[in-house]
Amino acid sequence: MQTYTSGLSRRGFVKGMMSIIALSAMPFKLLARSATAFKATTTKDVYKELFGDLPMVGSSDIELKIPDIAENGAVVPVTVSTSIPNAEAIYVIIDQNPNPLSASFHLTPLIPAEISIRVKMGKSSMVQALVKTADKVYTTGQEVKVTIGGCGG
Amino acid sequence: MEDKTIKMRGKISAGVAEIKVLMRHPMETGTRRDEAGKVIPAHYIEQVICRHNDTVVLTADWGTSVSKDPYFAFKVNNTKAGDVVKVSWTDNQGEFSEGEIVLK
Repeated sequence: MQTYTSGLSRRGFVKGMMSIIALSAMPFKLLARSATAFKATTTKDVYKELFGDLPMVGSSDIELKIPDIAENGAVVPVTVSTSIPNAEAIYVIIDQNPNPLSASFHLTPLIPAEISIRVKMGKSSMVQALVKTADKVYTTGQEVKVTIGGCGG
Repeated sequence: MEDKTIKMRGKISAGVAEIKVLMRHPMETGTRRDEAGKVIPAHYIEQVICRHNDTVVLTADWGTSVSKDPYFAFKVNNTKAGDVVKVSWTDNQGEFSEGEIVLK
């Protein structure tokens, strides 16, 4: 087992460089991480950072699977899938979390538009799943009641 | 010693592989305090890259609200036995880990 207590090991560095090289040779355009969007403290600011002026519309072509009641806010399972053609990215946004943007997934045509992840919720909140295409953002959402918050502190 | 293992499972059904991934990571938010009241620094996976036979098929950016020891699942088109699916992550402290699975 490798340890990385004093920064990157040589092996870790080489592996990291390899992944950077592989990234630069990718056949599909993938979006760079938006650090500002992850630091944003309101959903409105997340939208602004991620989508700018792109129009946003509600959609029934996104399936968001998430429990209505989460007994443990530290581990809330989320599955998002969509039949919207040319979906470029899927976003999970938890309105009431300190930083609402939880995760973004940059898709390629090589995979079905379906992902699952587990997220932390500090308290009950609207959870939104968004799908971005080149010219529009599609949204759906579900209210999730949290019995025990999962952000500690 | 910190365990950074990535555990993966894969199952092909009609050419589409479902990949389930379990990563060991604290996913610290940077807002929690230890018993002495000192803030525990943020430590979380920022980026995940998924490859099918060395072609990137999915990348993900995560924030601090992804659960500790993240579980993550995705699907890959046009897969067959012997194909390799790799998942790697980098975190906000510059650490890196990688796992792979040979599909059956």
